[in-house]
Order: sequence, then structure tokens, then C-alpha cells
Amino acid sequence: MSDNNYKNTASGEQQKQQDMSRRKFLKNSGLVAGGLVGGSLFGGLLTNSFDSKKEQKMEKHKDTLIDVQEAMQFFTRHQDFLVLMAATEQIYPEDEHGPGAIKLGVPYYIDKQLAGRWGINGRDYRHGPFTAVLDESDQSAGPAGEQSILDRGDIFIQGLRKLDEESQKRFGTTFDKAEEEQQIQILQDFDDDKVKMNGLAASEFFALLIQSTLEGAYSDPLYGGNRNMEGWKMKEFPGAQTSYAGYIDQDEFIKLEPVSLRDYQGH
Amino acid sequence: MVKKLPKVDAVIVGSGWAGGIAAAELTKAGHKVVILERGRDKKHEDFMGTKDELRYSKRYDLMQDLNKETITSRNSLDKKALPVRDNSKARLGNHTGGAGVHWNGMSFRWLPYDFEIYSKTVERYGKEKIPKESTMQDWGITYDELEPYYDKYEKTAGISGEENPIGPPRSDKYPNPPLKETPTIRLFKKATTDLGYHPYHMPSANLSQAYVNPDGEKLNGCVYCAFCEEYGCDFGAKADPIGTVLATARKTGNLELRNGANVTRVGHDGKRATGLVYTDTMTGEEFEQPADIVVLAGFVFTNTKLLLVSKIGTPYNPKTGQGIIGKNFTGHFNNLSTYIGARGFFENKKFNNFMGTGALGATIDDFSGDNEDHSNLKFLHGYEVHYGQLGTRPIANNQVPEGTPAWGKEFKKQSLKYANRNLFITAQSGFLPNKETYMDLDPTYKDSLGNPLLRVTVKYAEQDRERAKAGVARCAEIMKEMGADTMNVDVVEDDVEFDHKFYTDHFFGGAIMGESPENSAVNTYSQMWEMENLFVVGGSSFPHNSNYNPTGTIGAFAYRAAEGMNKYLKDGGLLTQSELKENA
Ligand SMILES: Cc1cc2nc3c(=O)[nH]c(=O)nc-3n(C[C@H](O)[C@H](O)[C@H](O)COP(=O)(O)OP(=O)(O)OC[C@H]3O[C@@H](n4cnc5c(N)ncnc54)[C@H](O)[C@@H]3O)c2cc1C
Ligand code: SF4
Repeated sequence: MSDNNYKNTASGEQQKQQDMSRRKFLKNSGLVAGGLVGGSLFGGLLTNSFDSKKEQKMEKHKDTLIDVQEAMQFFTRHQDFLVLMAATEQIYPEDEHGPGAIKLGVPYYIDKQLAGRWGINGRDYRHGPFTAVLDESDQSAGPAGEQSILDRGDIFIQGLRKLDEESQKRFGTTFDKAEEEQQIQILQDFDDDKVKMNGLAASEFFALLIQSTLEGAYSDPLYGGNRNMEGWKMKEFPGAQTSYAGYIDQDEFIKLEPVSLRDYQGH
Repeated sequence: MVKKLPKVDAVIVGSGWAGGIAAAELTKAGHKVVILERGRDKKHEDFMGTKDELRYSKRYDLMQDLNKETITSRNSLDKKALPVRDNSKARLGNHTGGAGVHWNGMSFRWLPYDFEIYSKTVERYGKEKIPKESTMQDWGITYDELEPYYDKYEKTAGISGEENPIGPPRSDKYPNPPLKETPTIRLFKKATTDLGYHPYHMPSANLSQAYVNPDGEKLNGCVYCAFCEEYGCDFGAKADPIGTVLATARKTGNLELRNGANVTRVGHDGKRATGLVYTDTMTGEEFEQPADIVVLAGFVFTNTKLLLVSKIGTPYNPKTGQGIIGKNFTGHFNNLSTYIGARGFFENKKFNNFMGTGALGATIDDFSGDNEDHSNLKFLHGYEVHYGQLGTRPIANNQVPEGTPAWGKEFKKQSLKYANRNLFITAQSGFLPNKETYMDLDPTYKDSLGNPLLRVTVKYAEQDRERAKAGVARCAEIMKEMGADTMNVDVVEDDVEFDHKFYTDHFFGGAIMGESPENSAVNTYSQMWEMENLFVVGGSSFPHNSNYNPTGTIGAFAYRAAEGMNKYLKDGGLLTQSELKENA
């Protein structure tokens, strides 16, 4: 068998056909039908239809769609958002490899996350007593203020305003307007706990900021970050591929166009 | 008001491997079974199109909702325990199929040494070798006695494996050949062979080919999609309870799996268990499900908590050493095992790190259990060193050489450069039980229904740190041989303490087995000595933790327990005693 149906798909129509066939395939797979799909046959099918190195993914979803989704859900002060943009860009800056946090949509990603279940620690245990300062001999410091009474939304608002406050104090300007070195100095002091926050350590806020910046850079674009899968492209991560059965034992490094969940699930 | 429901033959808490195996064997024998499962109904359909790192690996979508219930943790008797609030510190099963849905699939057998650890240690090194703080004991069973149940579990799950050149004897081959070999696995196997060790493919529940198990359940071949650990399988290719034992039990028409049923108590009259009391998570109503036999298979924490809350057995007291429920808590703890080792960075090689499978990789057993001579070592038991190609994902995969900043320009540059140029090997080490590592009820924190949380106290002993150090050193030796240009080697500090991460989901004890009620809560059929119609199944019955992933052994003991349940429903009585009589 060889893959002669969808070689180098060029037109949108062909792409659509391919998506249809993928969906049909998934729906008809042995898994759903409850029947048995032979392993080798299964692997072969996938390799031939979807795994082909020649397969090109279309850039279907252009910025136009994303733009209307980029408005604040959680933050209410524009200044907080400006500080968030500046801070995440310092953590993950634009460089010769590609876009930084701002162009990847990271600030909007964080805003959306904070507006949802994660922002109010919806899955976390939230009964007291809470503990602001942990016993030092107890190596239990949880991630990002785990024992704090503050939820992640509280932590972000306090942390971003603290960044601004430090910048005003040290440099007489807001954080977003400070020079690059000044911003880095302040962030470093948060990292080193040289700044005092209320109800948790500055380094805990900073850890949360780093974690969510990386999430925004590399999560599926469905969450509002990793715009055009640029984060994945920089890392040579091909996203939600159906199968690697045809490649896994090969020696050479395999480069594939990334697949988003939108494409993978094909609604 | 607790509403009493019509009686059935057996009621089980938990629909993971332990509960699922019990249900399959009981229903096949014609018994009517109800499984009470707190989480949602899950089918394989729920796992289609779920290759979403944020949702499953960062938000832990399939894992226990800590908002409703968690555990508290401390690392010595004089400390106040704090609740584990965040899923990044607790990846526990929560829905139909339990953790068996989102596991990796590494499917080991434990060693003959494990089951007779006390006797074999004394025999080889003398009594003085056993550390003062240790509460290790024989399990009351030998490897040879357990072997047929291992075989049964491996056939049910379609384990794909390669013969372990220095492994314990097997009555039959693995039901499926090993997964594919990749360039990085070849590199590991070559390096370990050159060092004189004996590498073999990790046995996997990710199937190397399509397979029909002895119960007629169909499993597919794995396509190495790399969204495996923490994910349900998209393709029906990772053995899980849903596609095997629960499907088998359902086919009989004798199983009712009731979701949204949060079990809070074992009903009993002091001598016999009468049923399970649960809260319907949809309505908040309380029900009692009466049954002839009651099976606890809700994982270590739930099993122990239910016994303590229901006042069955004597709680363990770490000060006096008296009592048994809660005793011998052990596990694979992140800063001693499984997640520490050596990470190599390669300047001139690029690997397909983003491809993989939950249990794809190779390991060596040269330092497992008592395979090396411990006469001159400061620890007992050992470690297994493996390289796994599990499939890296981009939010988590930001590995950089030591000394690189954790954010900013340089971080970005290096983390992109090394994304596909780093390999990790880890040592999974055993953990031996001690007097002050145990479980009881927390005096302060409560779950969402107002019941006390379970409190876990973990104290590392000198030998646990020494074992971990030796394991990490071995990882570094092998990584160097593999040709890494630079390495990050984890450091096990002399004063390292438990970091309250319940991350591996390899946890044991609380209702341990043994040969007599003197030193154990259950016999080797997982039957409570004090309450014959109560079976406590799963890792809760393991008196210590070996250096392997546990589920193969949980599966084997669940099959043995299920055999015991069927026998008990027929004949009654304590199972090991009747066995003794038969043999007399
Ligand atoms: C990410 C991950 C990777 C893993 N990888 C491996 C591996 O490679 N190899 C290996 O051997 N092991 C692995 N494990 C461990 C393995 O998953 C467990 O050992 C195994 O699934 C335990 O089975 P069990 O049936 O005892 O418990 P569980 O699977 O935890 O099942 C317990 C069930 O009981 C339910 N329950 C609990 N309390 C209550 C209550 N009060 N009322 C009602 N229901 C309740 C839970 O919701 C759950 O469904 C892994 C675990 C995780 C989380
Ligand atoms: S890697 Fe294999 S077993 Fe794991 S989820 Fe993908 S297809 Fe299933």
C-alpha cells in the first residue's frame, strides 16, 4: 500500500477531505465499533494515511479568528495587563528563534486561565487552616503558594501590582515602561525572595508566573496561547499526531508539521 | 437517614485494577456484584482526541478531585500535618477504571526476595543487618506460590515483554512480544551491556500487537502516540480495567457499576461486615449497600481510612509499635526514587523524544532487590535503573544543563536547543518500612462530607537515602557510557526529607498481609483476620515497597484474593486456615 491520495495536499478542499477521512477513520476504528483492529493493519493504515512524511498540514486558522477572542476576561485594569505582558516577555523573550510571550498570546492565555476553574483553585483542597509561612525545617514548601489562603487570581493581581510598585520605588516608572535590565533586576529579586509579598513568598508568585508563561507558550492553541503553533515549531514538537508507529524505530530525527487538537479532533 | 438497598453477594469500593479483577472473577462465578465508584462513568470513547498536555498533565483532568478529598502529610511525629492541596503533588485515580486508565503500563513482577525479605536477609547477612527502625517482615507467601497469579494477570492485560536474563522463573512466556526498539533504547542497552549488566525491554501493558485475552477481550497494538502517562489510551492499546476486567464482568450480566457513589464507611456488627455506606454525589443522600462479602479496593488511602473510620482492627501506634491498621506505609517518593537520576545532554545527536509510549524503554536488574551483595553496603534492597522513551511534551520538557537560568533569553535558547538532545535515566529504588512511617486520621482537616482526612507520616531512614544515592550514581555511570557530553546528576542530600509529593501513585501498607494476625491485618488472600467476610485488596496489603512499579503485583494479589472470595462464598471460614487443614 502506498499513500497516493493525499500527497502534498495543496488545496483547502483536499484538506477538508483528509479531515473527513480522519474523522471517519477514528469513528470507525475498532476501538469505537468494539471490534478488533489488527495491530499491524492498524499501524499500517495510520502510517500510510496520516503519518506520511509528505503530508503537509494547512494553516487553516488564521489570526482573524483569534483576534476577537483577545479581550480581558479576568483582569480589569489595563495597567495590570501591561505589567503581565512585560513580565512574561522577559521570562520568554522574542529572539532569533521566534516569537516571545506577547506574540505567542501568553498574556491572554493567562487571563483566560485565571477567569476559569484554575484561577479559583477549583480542583484544589481549600479548607483551612491555611498557612502563610511554612516551618523551615519542614521541606514542604508547596508549589506556588500551595498552603496560602490566596487563590491564583489573588496571587496574580497582588504580584503584578507589586512588580509595578517595586519599579516605581526603584526607577520612578511603571514596570512595563522600565528598561529591560531594570525589569530583569526586579524579576530576579522576586525569584530570590528579596521582595516581600503578603500571604505568600515572592518566589512562589514568580514560580507561578514562569509556569503559566511556559503553559501559554506551549499548550495547544485552543487555550489562546501558542499562536499558530509557533511555540511548538520552535521546539520541533509536532503536536497531536495520530501515530508514530512508522517512525519510532528510525535513527534520523523526524520533522513534522504540527497538528493542533482542532485539526486532530476535526469537529 | 441511611437508606438500605437490596442485598447482593458482593459489594466493592473502587473500579480500578484491584476492584475490577475481583468483580470479573466473582461475576464469572455467577455472583451478583455491585461496584461503588466515586468518580464519573468513563468509556474508551472519553479518551479519543485527548492529546492535550495542559488539560491532562498540568490540570490533571483524570485524577482525584482534591477539592472533595485529599490527604495530609508530615515528615515526623512531632509536626503538624498539612493538606496536599494541589494535584501536582497527588496523582490518584478517580473515575471508572481508577489509576489503571492513566497509568504508564510498566508491568513488572517483584522478586522472590521481596516476599521473604526478612528470612532471606537474616539468612544471608545475619540479624544484625536489619536496621533498628525497620519493621520489615515476610509476606506469608513465596514467589512460587504467587507465580500462577502473575501469569494470569499478565495474560489478562496482554503484557508485552522480553525475557529478563536474570529474572525469577516464569511458568510461561509473556503473552506478547516486546514493544519496538528505538535508537535511544539501543544506546541504553549497548551501554549497559558494555558495562557488564543485563538490559531487557521493560514489560509493558502497552501492547506490541493486537491481542485477545483469555476472557475474550480485544486489545489493539500501540501506535506510540506519546500521550500515554496521565492519559487514557486513544486506541484501546493500553490495557486498562475498562477494556478488560470491567468489560468481562459486564458481559456476565452480574455487575452493576454505580458511579457517583462515595463510600464513607464499612457497615459491620463487630464480627461481620454488613455492607458499605455511601453518599450519592449527585443528591447528597446516604445509602447502605448490604452484601455477603465486602471488598475494599479504593487504593491505599481509602482502604486505610475506611478501616479507621469504621473502627475495624486496631489502629497502629508509632510510639508503642502496637496495633496494625495504618502500619508500614511505604512508597516511591520523588526525591528518593523514580524521578531522580542522570540527565545527559548531547551536542551532536538529536532524538525523537516526542515519540514514545508509557512503558517503552529498557531496564537492568543487576542491582534490584538483593541481586547484589549488600554485605558492605549501608542499605538493604536495591534499585532498578531504566531509560524510558515515554514521549516528552513541550510544557514539561524544558531541560537545560545545570547553571542555565530558569527563565529569560538564555533559558529560552538552551531549552529549545536541548528539547530533543537530552535523555534521562532514573533509578527506581525500594523503600523499607519503619516504625514512624504510617497512616492515621488527621486531627484537624476534614473532607467535603465532614469526615477526617487521612494523615500520612513519612520519615526517611539513613538506608533509604543511601540506596537512593547508589541508584543515582549508577544512572550517572550509565549515562556517561551512553556518550552524553554533559550531565545533570541529581543530588540526594544527607538530610533530605519527604517532600509531600504523592506523585508516583506507588504507595503501600495500612492493611498489610502476613502469616498470622500477630503481624498483619489480612492473610495472603487479602482477607481480614478479624472479619472474615471483609477483603482489603491492593497495595494496602504490601508490607514493603520493592524497586519496581507495583501494578503487576497488585494484579496478581487481586487474582489470588478473588479466588479466595469465591471460595469463601462457597465454604466460608478463614482461607489460609482451610488451606492448612486441607494440606494437613
Ligand atoms: C500517572 C501514573 C502512572 C502510573 N504508571 C504505572 C506503571 O507504569 N506501572 C505500574 O505498575 N503502576 C503505575 N501506576 C500505578 C497504578 O496506576 C496503580 O498501582 C494501580 O492503578 C492501582 O490500582 P487500584 O485498583 O489498587 O487503585 P486505583 O486504580 O486507584 O482505584 C481505586 C478506585 O477507587 C475509587 N475510590 C477511592 N476511594 C473511593 C471512595 N471512598 N468511594 C468510592 N470510590 C472510591 C477511585 O475513584 C478509583 O477509581 C501509575 C499511576 C499513575 C497515577
Ligand atoms: S502510546 Fe500506545 S498505549 Fe499509550 S496512549 Fe498511545 S497508543 Fe495507547
